[in-house]
Amino acid sequence: MIINHPILGPRDAQEFVYLGDANLINRPDGMTAGIEAFHDYLYNRDNPAGEHRELWYHEQGDRSWLVVTRNTVTHEILKVELARDVAKAQGRSK
Amino acid sequence: MSQSNRISGGQIDRSKTFRFTFDGMPYTGHPGDTLASALLANGVRLMGRSFKYHRPRGPISAGSEEPNALVQLRSGARQEPNTRATVAELFDGLQASSQNAWPSLKLDAMAINDKLNSFFTAGFYYKTFMWPAAFWEKLYEPIIRRAAGLGALTREEDPDEYDKGFAHCDLLVIGAGPAGLMAALTAGRAGARVILADEDFRMGGRLNAESLEVGGRAGAEWASAVVAELMSMPNVRMMARTTVVGAFDHGIYSVVERVSDHLAVPEAGKPRQTLWRIYSKRAILAGGATERPIAFENNDRPGIMLAGALRSYANRWGVAVGDRVAVFTNNDDGLRTARDLQSKGVDVAAVIDSRDGGDLLPGIRHLQGAQVIDSAGRLGLKSVTVRLANGKTETIACTALGVSGGWNPNVNITSHHRSRPEWREDISAFVPGAGGPANLTSVGAAGGALSTHGALATGQAQAIAALADLGFTATADTLPQAEDAPIAVSPLWYVHEGKGRAWIDQQNDVTVKDVKLAHQENFTSVEHLKRYTTLGMATDQGKTGNVLGIAVMAELTGQSIPATGTTIYRPPYTPVAMGTLAGRSRGKEFKPFRLTPSHKWASEQGAIFVEVGNWLRTQWVPKPGETTWRESVDREVLATRKSVGICDVTTLGKIDIQGTDAGAFLDRVYSNTFSTLAVGKCRYGLMLREDGMVFDDGTTARMGDNEYVMTTTTANAVTVFRHLEYCRQCLWPDMDVQIISTTEAWAQYSVAGPNARKLLQKIVDQDISDAAFPYMGAGNITIGGMRARLFRISFSGELAYEVAVPTRYGDALIRKLAAAGAEFDAVVYGTEALGVMRIEKGHVAGGELNGQSTALNMGLGKMVSKKKDSIGMVLSQREGMNSADGYRLVGVKPVDPNGSISAGSHFMEIGAPVELASDGGWLTSKVYSPHLGCDIALGYLKAGDQKIGRRMRAVNFLTKTDTEIEIVSPHFFDPEGERLRG
Repeated sequence: MIINHPILGPRDAQEFVYLGDANLINRPDGMTAGIEAFHDYLYNRDNPAGEHRELWYHEQGDRSWLVVTRNTVTHEILKVELARDVAKAQGRSK
Repeated sequence: MSQSNRISGGQIDRSKTFRFTFDGMPYTGHPGDTLASALLANGVRLMGRSFKYHRPRGPISAGSEEPNALVQLRSGARQEPNTRATVAELFDGLQASSQNAWPSLKLDAMAINDKLNSFFTAGFYYKTFMWPAAFWEKLYEPIIRRAAGLGALTREEDPDEYDKGFAHCDLLVIGAGPAGLMAALTAGRAGARVILADEDFRMGGRLNAESLEVGGRAGAEWASAVVAELMSMPNVRMMARTTVVGAFDHGIYSVVERVSDHLAVPEAGKPRQTLWRIYSKRAILAGGATERPIAFENNDRPGIMLAGALRSYANRWGVAVGDRVAVFTNNDDGLRTARDLQSKGVDVAAVIDSRDGGDLLPGIRHLQGAQVIDSAGRLGLKSVTVRLANGKTETIACTALGVSGGWNPNVNITSHHRSRPEWREDISAFVPGAGGPANLTSVGAAGGALSTHGALATGQAQAIAALADLGFTATADTLPQAEDAPIAVSPLWYVHEGKGRAWIDQQNDVTVKDVKLAHQENFTSVEHLKRYTTLGMATDQGKTGNVLGIAVMAELTGQSIPATGTTIYRPPYTPVAMGTLAGRSRGKEFKPFRLTPSHKWASEQGAIFVEVGNWLRTQWVPKPGETTWRESVDREVLATRKSVGICDVTTLGKIDIQGTDAGAFLDRVYSNTFSTLAVGKCRYGLMLREDGMVFDDGTTARMGDNEYVMTTTTANAVTVFRHLEYCRQCLWPDMDVQIISTTEAWAQYSVAGPNARKLLQKIVDQDISDAAFPYMGAGNITIGGMRARLFRISFSGELAYEVAVPTRYGDALIRKLAAAGAEFDAVVYGTEALGVMRIEKGHVAGGELNGQSTALNMGLGKMVSKKKDSIGMVLSQREGMNSADGYRLVGVKPVDPNGSISAGSHFMEIGAPVELASDGGWLTSKVYSPHLGCDIALGYLKAGDQKIGRRMRAVNFLTKTDTEIEIVSPHFFDPEGERLRG
């Protein structure tokens, strides 16, 4: 597979490490959310046959975490974003 | 034997003669020959024995689809089994031998299987060797494997090199027949970067094997001219002897180039084969088509081959497979074979044409509405029996028979993304279906255009279309004149007459009867059919037999062929050698070692090294007279605790963390607090995963207000860094914190023992007295004016420091430390002594940090602060992870000081039966403590904190030991920690 890195352009997927569902960005606040919320966050995943937003880490490259929107059936990659930008757009800060 | 079957013409160089042997017999051939063509030229038709029945077999094809002519090439370390004689390029001195026959190819003892054929039907092995189960592995399987027909591996190391290559192009063209050449020419002339790959050593595809004309001259000549033009283009890369074996995502193709297979020994510096990864923007499959046989009784005798192959041997290699030939066909392409052979002066006995009507071939006995129903000749064809249109039978003497049941487009690569081929009624064949690899189109015969004109036209059109996508303007030059005749195939899959065996898949000895049996036993789905009968398995992957098998099943079930379906082809297209896949990753290069800065010095001292992750670390350093590793390790431990020891700890992960939020960031990733740590101090940190299990531990020092230095375990150096990047970028993107791994930047040594300070003070420029540099102090120092870092931390439990210098000075520093330590009898200790000392102190490491243990399990529960949010804090509070009878870290000693215990033993109560229900936990790490004079261990014991002082047993199922033990505190040595504060 080839991932079109937003900064570095097309890179072979071998340079990346896969983590999983990009929903991992939405970590609850440990001081307010309880065990239930963390349980859902950590373990409950959709497993779509189709479009999937997922986290990839450019370990053999610039160390960017990326949010890759990939069709799990065709492996077509529809969108690649910096995870930092996605996280900020989703309201994450410090 | 001379080349008795050599006739005129062909693309071989008759000015040179190659000598080669087959089963020890000497023969001759010419450059341009394959092993098969040269053997056939010498009148050798018998080249192998079949897999199951040991039937005598010869080649049925002239290409990579060959199921029968599997031979062993070369000798000694370069011996290679299961190669196809039909694609093995002849070279001078080639030694080839047959396989699956004993004592000889002509007299094979296992041919008894053929007489017992009624037992060896589909599912025979499944049905027969069911019982008793224990016999399978030890008795049945070895016997079956020995009898089954594959070659033997040499036990020697392959002397050749294999390589990997990476190439990029606008357009990859797969196959250099008329369609592929036309596509490459069109794209090359338009200026696109083109790679043209063909598995053959001579480009041109079928044009080399036909008497057809292209543009008014011989097809092979036209092909040579196009190849020459393409070779002259700097934007075109021509890769002959190169097979595209797999299609992967986003235009990536896996490609095997046989760089040196055609040479006795590779040229100096050249690999035997190269595995290429080709990145293409567009790809065109011009892989041609494979002819399929018609099944009839005894259709597997040497001399019976595909009609197109018979023609190839005559036209391309100047070989008449037999002195008198016949053709059995259901289509017009078969007629070509008869015409070509006759025009070359070969005696054509008859054409047996299953179709009725149509024009009769002039000057050839053309039997319409006839079928071949049987053949004769034990080691080679002597005659065929024909059922004539009038119902009579006739025996026709012939030594070669060409069979044509039509042509199957080579759709294989289009299926690699699970696209199913589609049936096309007009050519009675499967063609590429929808949903194949993106940006791949099929042209020529591979796409179902079976005429030469069709190949040229589709090759040109698809190249123009692909290039237009990429912004190139390619022109449609006038196509050269070429034949455009329809194949006029009238399906005949198998001859229904006869009670004997009619082969479908010759490689796996699958007959029409086997398919009928599968149907009878309800294995009617194509996937079941394949697995029950082995149809389409092994080295040829059913290239000649698959469609035939499906057609027979379709007839039996009364369904159409498209409704019956087809199995999906998977990579690789042709077999790939393991060495090619491995490339340069073999021997030492399979897993390269990383060496620590003290490695050279340690080697000079005679150190014994151990692999730790990718690193080689000093395990212990034997002194003269020491005969066992324990002697050395005991000495290193005692000397360190008595005076001072030095250990290379460079392999621990080191991460510099800087920024105004660095402290707050560490509070989030560590379960304990770091923002409150004073500048110039370090602290032990515990890192959890989000699920509450312990991830890693280490000490982290605060070097400045906004500057920390973290250490990780050796094993997790990479994963902790990845995790920190994740936290920084994905969870808290606005935190002002930057991180960089400095594991490779610093050489770091531990100096431990009562004299550690005295030793270091000799080389450190600053005052490091207890007052100036107290326990858990950290700071930037200088050694002889050179920048360095010093941390007063201890893993051994002694007064200890870790001193770091830039890596390039690591060798100098270890030498300086050793010299400065001489007056204190300083020792260098390895990982074994390190392990002894940390277990004596009850520190957790690899065996305890197993990814399944919590801080509470380790006795570190209080380190998880609930006053702040940190990774893993919430889920570490789950009920099941906090039960009072959960695992707790304990120390273990044998009751008898001479008793032996082992890591991995399980805790059981005295008197309890040895069974799972008695299991109370396990011993994680064990060493011999020279201070306590006995074995000591750490372990996770259920409610261990409530069992200190209790006697139990350590039971090990593997070493069959059962030892009485005492549960003690994990802090065996200096539990108050007075020594490290000294």
